[in-house]
Amino acid sequence: MAAPIKNPSFEAELFRRRALVALLAAAAALALLAVGYFRLQVLQFDEYRRQADSNRVKLRPTMPARGLIYDRDGVLLADNVSAYRLELIPEQVEDVDATLARIGKLITLSPDDLRRFKRARDNSRRFLPITVKLRLNEDEVARFSINRFRFPGVEVVPYLTRRYAYGDLFAHVIGYVARLDEADLKAMGDERYSVLTHTGKTGIERAYEEKLRGTIGYEAVETNARGRSLGVLNRHLSEAGTDLRLSLDMDLQQATVEAFGERTGSAVAVDPRTGEVLAMVSLPAFDTNLFVNGISTVDYRALSTDPSQPLFNRNVRGGTPPGSTIKPFVALAGLESGLRKPEDTIYSSGEFFIPGQRRGYRDSHRGGHGMVDLYSSIAESVNTYYYKLAMDMGIEKFDYYMRRYGFGQPTGIDLVGEVSGILPTPEWKRRRFKQPWYLGETVIAGIGQGYWVVTPLQLAQGTASLANGGRRIPLRLVKQTRTGLNAPWQALPAPAWSSIGATPEQLQAIRTGMEATMHTRRGTGWSIAAGAPYRIAGKTGTVQKISRKGSVSMDPRSLPLHLRHQALFIGYAPAEDPRIAVVVVVEHGGYGASSAGPIARRMMDAYLLKPEPKPVPAAAPEPRDG
Amino acid sequence: MVEAILSLRRFVRRLLARVDAPLMLALAAVMAVSLLVQASAGEHPLRAVLAQGARFVLGSVALVLIANTSPANLRAWTPWVYGFTLALMPLVFLFGSGRSANLWLDLGVFYLQPGELLKLSVPMMLAWYLSRQALPPSWRTLAVSAAIVGLPVALIVKQPDFGTGMLVLASGGFALFLAGLQWRRIAFFAATAAAAIPIGYQFLMPYQKDRINVFLNPESAPQGAGWNIIQSKIAIGSGGLTGKGWGESTQANLDFLPEHTTDFAFSVFSEEWGWLGVLAIFLIYFFIIARALWMAMNAKDAYSRLLAGALALTFFIYILVNAGMVAGFLPVVGVPMPLISYGGTSAVSLLAGFGLVMSAYSHRKYLAG
Repeated sequence: MAAPIKNPSFEAELFRRRALVALLAAAAALALLAVGYFRLQVLQFDEYRRQADSNRVKLRPTMPARGLIYDRDGVLLADNVSAYRLELIPEQVEDVDATLARIGKLITLSPDDLRRFKRARDNSRRFLPITVKLRLNEDEVARFSINRFRFPGVEVVPYLTRRYAYGDLFAHVIGYVARLDEADLKAMGDERYSVLTHTGKTGIERAYEEKLRGTIGYEAVETNARGRSLGVLNRHLSEAGTDLRLSLDMDLQQATVEAFGERTGSAVAVDPRTGEVLAMVSLPAFDTNLFVNGISTVDYRALSTDPSQPLFNRNVRGGTPPGSTIKPFVALAGLESGLRKPEDTIYSSGEFFIPGQRRGYRDSHRGGHGMVDLYSSIAESVNTYYYKLAMDMGIEKFDYYMRRYGFGQPTGIDLVGEVSGILPTPEWKRRRFKQPWYLGETVIAGIGQGYWVVTPLQLAQGTASLANGGRRIPLRLVKQTRTGLNAPWQALPAPAWSSIGATPEQLQAIRTGMEATMHTRRGTGWSIAAGAPYRIAGKTGTVQKISRKGSVSMDPRSLPLHLRHQALFIGYAPAEDPRIAVVVVVEHGGYGASSAGPIARRMMDAYLLKPEPKPVPAAAPEPRDG
Repeated sequence: MVEAILSLRRFVRRLLARVDAPLMLALAAVMAVSLLVQASAGEHPLRAVLAQGARFVLGSVALVLIANTSPANLRAWTPWVYGFTLALMPLVFLFGSGRSANLWLDLGVFYLQPGELLKLSVPMMLAWYLSRQALPPSWRTLAVSAAIVGLPVALIVKQPDFGTGMLVLASGGFALFLAGLQWRRIAFFAATAAAAIPIGYQFLMPYQKDRINVFLNPESAPQGAGWNIIQSKIAIGSGGLTGKGWGESTQANLDFLPEHTTDFAFSVFSEEWGWLGVLAIFLIYFFIIARALWMAMNAKDAYSRLLAGALALTFFIYILVNAGMVAGFLPVVGVPMPLISYGGTSAVSLLAGFGLVMSAYSHRKYLAG
C-alpha cells in the first residue's frame, strides 16, 4: 500500500498539544473529584458520621428465656430449644412481594406463612421486623445464608422455641404458646414486647404468662452488615422467666389418659387437703407443639371441625348436669337446713308424685327401694329421697346451700376463662327464658337434672370439701416457682379457703353414706371398690340427655357435646384420711358405675399405690442466657 | 569474588539507570499506601499485605525489565504480543473460572486475567499501527483502528467484564486522540456515541442495567449495587477532613462495606485518612500522569510517544472511574483503584505499563546498552 507521507516534527508537535490538553482535562477532572470528596467528607460529614455510627451500633432487645414448667416430681414438661426464623423489615426492602417470591425459591413458604406475613404486615410499623417463617430447618438456614447479600432487610434470626415434651398429655393444662399477634401486643401495652414473638395462648402458659415471660433486656451491639454481632458494647440483661413447678403428677396424668382409652370426657384429681390439682385431663387432646410455630390450616381445620372437640377444655369451659353426683351435696344441705336427720327415713315406691300433680318422677329401681335413710339414699342413689328433700327445701334454700358448696361460680383455679356453670335458680330461668319457675323443676334439680350445669372442677372442689372437713379451697395447678436454675423453689402462698358451713358431724354422715356406696353390697359403687387395699368414698351418676327411644339409630359420637350421655363419678380415698379426690366424666359413657367409676379407681390406684416418691431428677434444660 | 559482586552491582545499576526515579518514587508511594490499606481492611492482613507486596515486586521486576527493552524491539514484537493475548480470550470462555464472571485462567500457579493483558497489548498494537500511518488519522486509518480495538473489547465485554472492556476502549480512544484525531471528528463520534446509548443499553447484561438504574436513582434499590454505594458513601463521608485513623474504618471492619479490599479499597482509604489523605493521593496520581505524559512527549519515535501517552491517560481513567464510582458520582463499574485495590494481574499490568513508558523515555537518546 502506498504509505502516506509522514511529517515527524508536525506529528510530535500535534502530540505535544494534545497531551497538554489531556493533562489539563485530567487536572480539571481530579479537581472536580476533590471538590466532590470535599462535599462528602467535610460539608456532609456530620450526616455521614451519624449514619456510620448507627451502622456500627445497633440497640437490640434481647429476648428472655421463657420459664420452664415441671411436674410435681421435677419432670420437665415445657422447655425451650434453639431454632431459627426468617425476618423481614419492610422499610429496608424495596419490593416486599418480589422479595418474598425470591425467598420462596430458596425456602418453601406455605400459603399459611404468606397469609400470616400479610396480616402481620398490615398491622405492623414499617421499621419493625416481621416474621416470614418460623422454625427453619438446617438446609433452609444454609441456603439463605449463602444468598444473604441478595436480601438486605431480610435476616435469619436465632430464637428459642417452646417444646412440650408431653404435648398430648398436658394439652389442656399447660396449653401452648403461639405467635404474638397484634391484639396480644396491644394487651401487653408495650411495643417492646414484639421481640418476644410468642405468648401464652391457653392453659398455664397463658395464666402465668407474665411470670413465664421474664424481662426483656437490651444490648448495644456492634454488628456487621450481615447482622452478626461482633461485640456487645453494653448490655442490660434480660431476665429469664420464672420456672413453674406444677402440682400435677405425671404418672397419675398418664394413668388417667390410659384408663380412658378411646373414650372422651374429662377427669380431675385434687389433693383435698391443699386444693392442689394432681391430674387434669380433657379428652380427646391434641399435640400442643403443633401450635407453637404456627399450625397449618389443614391441621387446624381437622382439630376445629372434629365433633369431639379436641380443642375444647372440658374441665374449665365445659360442664354437664351433675346427675346423681349432686346427691351427697343435697343431703348435706338437708342436714344443714335441719330438714333431715341422718336416720330419718323416706319410703321409696318407685315413683314420686308432687301432691296435686299427675306426672310421676321415677326411681332407678322400678319397684322402689323401700324405706331409706340418708346413708342408703346415697349408697343406693334413691331419687325419691331427693325429690322430696328438694321439694321440702324449696328452690331458694336449695340454691343457697348449693352456692355455698361452690356450684354456680368459678373454683378460682389458676387458669384463664373458667366458666361458672349453671345453678338452677328462678332468677336464672327468668333471665334466660323469661318464664316463671315450676315446682317440678325444683324436684328434678334435687337429683342433678334439669337446668343444672356443673364443671368437673366444681365437682372436684366440692368433693374435696366433703373430704377435707368442709373447707372450700381454690384449686391450684402451680405449686412452686423459682427465679433461676440455681434459685430455690419457693412455694406459692396457700390460697385463702372458706368454710362451706357444715359441721363435722353432718359431713361425717355424708362421708359414711359415700363410703357405703363403695363398700356395701347394695351400694352403686360396690364393683368399683372391689379388691381395693384402701377404702373409698364415692358417688356415681348418669345423665341421659336424649331418650333412648329417639336415638337408637344415632351414632352418639356425632352428637353435639351437650346432648351426649354422661357417666359421672366423684369420690375420694382413703376414706378415713383422704389424699386424693377424683371426678370423672365420660361422654356417652353408659352408667357412672360401669364406665366412669373404674377410671376413677385406676386413678386412685395410680396415686395411692405409687411405689414411693421419686427423687427429683436433676433438670438439664437449654442454656438460659437471654 | 569481589569482582563478581562488583560486576553484579554494575549490572543492577545499569538496569536501574533506565528507571525514571521521580515516576518510580511516586509509584512506590502509591504502593505503600496500598499496603497500608490492605493491612487495615483485609480479613487476614498479613496474608493480604504479603500477597499484594509480592505482586508489587513481580510488577516492579517486569517494569525494570521492560524499561530496559528498547522501543524498537518492543515495536517489533507488538503484533505477536497482540495476537497472543487476543488468542487467550477464547480460552477464557472454554476454561475460565471466576465468581460472577469467567475472567480468569487457572494456570496452576496463579490465575491469569487475559483481559488485563489486553490493556497493554491493545494500545501497543494501536500505537504500532498509527505510528506507521500519516497523522492525523484518515477515515481508513480510523476504520482499521476501530477493528484493532473493537475485537478485543467485544470479547472482554462478552466475558462479561464491562469495566476492563471500557478501559481498553479508552486506551484506544486516547491513542487516537493523541495521534491528532480532528476535533470535528471527535465531536461527531461523541454525538454518535450519545445517540447509541439507548440502543447499547439493550445489549447490557441485567446486572449492568441494574447498576445503571441504581446510579440514576440511588435510593431506588438499597440492595446489590445500591447497598454498596450507600455504604461506600457512608464510609467516605464519615472519614471527615482528617479521617478516623489507620485501622479505624468501622465500615470495613464491621463488614458493612463490601469488596473493601478490591473495588472499594479507596473508600476505606478515604474513611481512614480523610479528605486530606484523598487530596494527597490525588496529587500523587496527578504527578504520575503528568510525569508519564511529559516522558511521552519527549520520546524519540511516534510508537513510543503514542503508547506512553495512551497508557498514562488510561491510568487517569482508572482513577476517575473508581474514585467517582465509590463516591457515587459515577455508575458502579468493576474498575479497581490503580495499585491501591487488591488484585494481582491489575497491579502487574499497570507496573508493566509504566515499564513501557520508561522504556520510551529512557531510550530517547539511544543510551549505550
